[in-house]
Amino acid sequence: MSLTRKTGSAGANSSRLSRNVSAHLGRTIDRRTFLKRSGLGVGAGAAVSQLPFSMIGKARAADAKGDGKTETKRTVCTHCSVGCAIDAVVKNGVWIRQEPVFDSPINLGAHCAKGAAIREHGHGEHRLKYPMKLVGGKWQKISWDEALKEVSEKMLAIKKANGPDSTFWIGSSKHNNEQAFLFRKFVSFFGTNNMDHQARICHSTTVAGVANTWGYGAMTNSYNDEQNSKCILFFGSNAAEAHPVSMLHTLHAKEKGAKVICVDPRFTRTAAKADKYYRIRSGTDVAFLMGMLHHIFKNGWEDKDYIKARVYGMDKIRDEAAKWTPEKVEEVTGMKEAEVRDVAETMAKNRPSTIVWAMGQTQHTNGNAVVRASCILQLALGNVGVAGGGTNIYRGHDNVQGATDVGPNPDSLPGYYGIAAGSWKHWCAVWGVDYEWVKSQFASQAMMEKPGLAVSRWIDAVLEKNELIDQDSNLRAVVFWGHAPNSQTRGKEMVEAMKKLELLVVVDPYPSATAALAASVRQDGVYLLPAATQLECTGSVTASNRSIQWREKVIEPMFESRTDHMIMYQLAEKFGFAKEFVAKIKLVKGKGGMDEPDIEDTLREINRGAWTIGYTGQSPERLQAHMRNMHVFDVKTLRAKGGKDAKTGYVLDGDYFGLPWPCYGTAEIKHPGSPNLYDTTRHVMDGGGNFRANFGVEKDGVNLLAEDGSHSVGADLTTGYPEFDHVLVKKLGWWDELTDAEKKAAEGKNWKTDLSGGIQRVVMKHGCHPFGNAKARAVVWNFPDAVPLHREPLFSPRPDLIDKYPTHDDQKSRWRVPVLFKTVQQANKNAVKQYPLIMTSGRLVEYEGGGDETRSNPWLAELQQEMFAEINPKDANDRGLRNDQYIWVETPTKARLKVKTQITERVAPGTVFLPFHFAGWFEGRDLLDKYPEGSAPIVRGESVNTATTYGYDIVTMMQENKTTLCQISNAA
Amino acid sequence: MARMKFLLDAERCIECNGCVTACKSEHEIPWGVNRRRVVTLNDGVPGEKSISVACMHCSDAPCVAVCPVDCIYTTTEGVVLHDKDMCIGCGYCSYACPFGAPQFPQQGLFGVRGKMDKCTFCAGGPEVDNSEEEYKKYGRNRLAEGKLPACAEMCSTKALLGGDGDVISDVFRNRALARGKGSEVLGWATAYGKPDAKPEGADGKAAAKAGSKS
Repeated sequence: MSLTRKTGSAGANSSRLSRNVSAHLGRTIDRRTFLKRSGLGVGAGAAVSQLPFSMIGKARAADAKGDGKTETKRTVCTHCSVGCAIDAVVKNGVWIRQEPVFDSPINLGAHCAKGAAIREHGHGEHRLKYPMKLVGGKWQKISWDEALKEVSEKMLAIKKANGPDSTFWIGSSKHNNEQAFLFRKFVSFFGTNNMDHQARICHSTTVAGVANTWGYGAMTNSYNDEQNSKCILFFGSNAAEAHPVSMLHTLHAKEKGAKVICVDPRFTRTAAKADKYYRIRSGTDVAFLMGMLHHIFKNGWEDKDYIKARVYGMDKIRDEAAKWTPEKVEEVTGMKEAEVRDVAETMAKNRPSTIVWAMGQTQHTNGNAVVRASCILQLALGNVGVAGGGTNIYRGHDNVQGATDVGPNPDSLPGYYGIAAGSWKHWCAVWGVDYEWVKSQFASQAMMEKPGLAVSRWIDAVLEKNELIDQDSNLRAVVFWGHAPNSQTRGKEMVEAMKKLELLVVVDPYPSATAALAASVRQDGVYLLPAATQLECTGSVTASNRSIQWREKVIEPMFESRTDHMIMYQLAEKFGFAKEFVAKIKLVKGKGGMDEPDIEDTLREINRGAWTIGYTGQSPERLQAHMRNMHVFDVKTLRAKGGKDAKTGYVLDGDYFGLPWPCYGTAEIKHPGSPNLYDTTRHVMDGGGNFRANFGVEKDGVNLLAEDGSHSVGADLTTGYPEFDHVLVKKLGWWDELTDAEKKAAEGKNWKTDLSGGIQRVVMKHGCHPFGNAKARAVVWNFPDAVPLHREPLFSPRPDLIDKYPTHDDQKSRWRVPVLFKTVQQANKNAVKQYPLIMTSGRLVEYEGGGDETRSNPWLAELQQEMFAEINPKDANDRGLRNDQYIWVETPTKARLKVKTQITERVAPGTVFLPFHFAGWFEGRDLLDKYPEGSAPIVRGESVNTATTYGYDIVTMMQENKTTLCQISNAA
Repeated sequence: MARMKFLLDAERCIECNGCVTACKSEHEIPWGVNRRRVVTLNDGVPGEKSISVACMHCSDAPCVAVCPVDCIYTTTEGVVLHDKDMCIGCGYCSYACPFGAPQFPQQGLFGVRGKMDKCTFCAGGPEVDNSEEEYKKYGRNRLAEGKLPACAEMCSTKALLGGDGDVISDVFRNRALARGKGSEVLGWATAYGKPDAKPEGADGKAAAKAGSKS
């Protein structure tokens, strides 16, 4: 065998020699290094922090010798909501390497394909490089000055002619918290609530359904907390592809004995990792959950004491579940009695057990009912407010949680304050602007307090007859500010809407499919403004588990791109409200010496106002200290064990990583954040809690507050209590514990509106929860279906079940537009004859969201080069189709998608699955020539949503992406 | 002395391709060259398992044995490297390799790096450690920096382990013990030729089944 050549030769270099020497002296990589670097540990190993001095010393010496300008910037992956930390190595302003952050308690250095490929951002060849406008059907480069001038003039003209509500602003879950917050303010000052972002179409049903059940509409526990679970049910989540790094914690739990179950229409990669997999018919989620509850109640597996003390309305659920006999459940879901019973029994007998969901539950016409049924399941089992239990709701985009919390929502100001006059007054005070002035920007006070349009429905606000919409004018201008068009359903109609608009503005790092679709139907009136990415600016980002992390800027904004907050500020200048926009925020010099709002100052403004959800304690200083000292946080509990930040002297001990909200009070009182919501086994100042009193104190004579003895540890009030305001604090005799300054600010206020934080501080000192202590609601009486009901999808493959489980009646107006239910369902009752296959959609690990960014990344694009449809061998054979050939997928909208076949038993006979990240093709036509030159994504393909059908959740306007019908045929 | 090894825990691999893009990013590997790839067995049906495959840095490497110009060598850490200056690009190594590790870039800048290309265990090549020349021809040399291969370090679920063979086998053994199963995945019987072998804590039935297949 040949041995090393150069080592033995005269040319042998010193380093190779030294490696040989070190090899003889001992292991090159010793055990401690290995354990640390392999991140194994997810337990003990992770605590080992130091690299052996010999090796790392050498590496650092080499760096120092080579170039003094090499810096390491700590940021957070900008793809999904897991929140993986990244160390970016930058040399002379160029991002040259990416190193794993083993210290991160969330990802321990791990990355999926997207995270490991994120450095491609530093190349950015397919980015939108400068502002452009469409002239005569061609893209033309323009200057920023021209772009800002023309866009703002056109916007103001449209506002003048048709009112501010004739514009629609689609913000972004890719914005950091500060930008999302500024966007809400920016559009408000323009004078409309017509704004929205990705949350509408990913988890709006969760946010509404879950918040109405027990207080906050967010993931109750964390990815890490799954390590405490004994059973994990994936129902409506394909985490292995959508949140790959979360599986680090799931699989660790599994190795420690947790049972992992997956129920899904598709044998996903998550199913492949589960102990048990059961197939369900798409769109029958409530029936399955009720079927589980049926077995739970029948066998007495429910937690009776917990229900008595902490849950309202479970009796009505018991009645509904009783109707869901195993026969009925099988008829609807296709699942056998033994299967449903097995899931119920495994969840019941392996507590704490948790349920994980994502878009599989939410994207249905009865999504709000599905998620509530999941909450009820967990309430019945006493799993909520318990480490290892909870509802682990996996959010999508990296900051969709944060944008939901403090960003552009059409029905709420930051912090879920709503849009009532009082809410506006609260935020105007925080913003330092006059309420009357803001009101004058709107068409009227009524429009100021009317929820705006939802992103899922903007096309209807363009196309619908004017007399049928609930605002003066139809939409004339739409701004896509960091949002992919191909993530919304009914793509074929969207193109019609794009055609009809007066003005379409795209602000994005990539020109995105919006540009190509618009250019395919328009000659002019489209502007593209290049935005910087989150790796080109600093700011905070909220992971799915509510932990907030701070990103350092890795590189300067590339090409001519500008940060989103700079663009907002510059447009605000043109609109004439720049002064108000940054009334309490200082300006700093950004790219090219131009002014932009200071991000840290913006976070402080959020801190000053978002009391409802405890976004008040997460000062930039605390968040930055966490990022510098990740190693002190325990992987299983997320809690810091000791630790002091070397730079600021901040004591980390006791904090939970990223101060997961709610982190009540001011930063000074050092609330540690809340790792698991509603956990009564902890003191409120220890991150504990209970269910929120947000729905009154009684309903029809039934007490809604928690029963005697049910309270968080150390609470002075040992029974249920309402939310706190100045009256209650006075009544309890705690008022004098406020300082004089606090008293002045808190007089006449409650825990949400007291800007001093005094009420929260004093209440928590008494161990009580500012939002009260109530029962969770199994029955949400203010929703159309107070008890979750199964309703057949609008495009059902089972016409025989439509009369038994019909959908809702049509609604004249919801979120400013009419919404059809029964009409569509009845009209398509027999669609199954022509379109016999269920069409469903989902994610691929390599791509994210609309995919324009990830499909432009060569390292990712290489791995998924073509849009495809998964088809069962039976369906393929019956149609004479072979693997890897082109087919047409047609839906009842008559839209046709040209995609490749992937014949697999992953899907059952009768089901077709399509991934949703593709765009750039439209009904068989490649739109390559419609993109600005050189900026089309490497991989283009048909968007599944070109062909998705009508259907919306009645409460939130969530779109139906998961269940519709299609037919496939040979395209050769 | 450390003996470097890769080990892939198929119970944990979720086919996320993080290892693939970590490698691509670290070494700027062009489209079409795959030093590492993920292979899935029983795709889409129960029993689906994925494994990430690259050069296995064999102790008695067939590529080393067959290379007509003797350009492939094994370092003292057990890493199989090669010299692109000597490589004639004949492809004989590819013929010999049981894992499809050797890659042959066809064109572009990467061609500069030589004829055959493969996983280096992030240990560069015969040039001076961390020199520009080494980077251009072979990619980064993480071992010389006291780091382990990028693919293993960034693996999303810690399925891919890379490092001292003794340590990673300890790790894997501990996992297998905790799971009470696992040997059948790699094939206990295949490795030791005892169809009825029942490793401690393992599911005897599964082991026997694996054995009968072998």
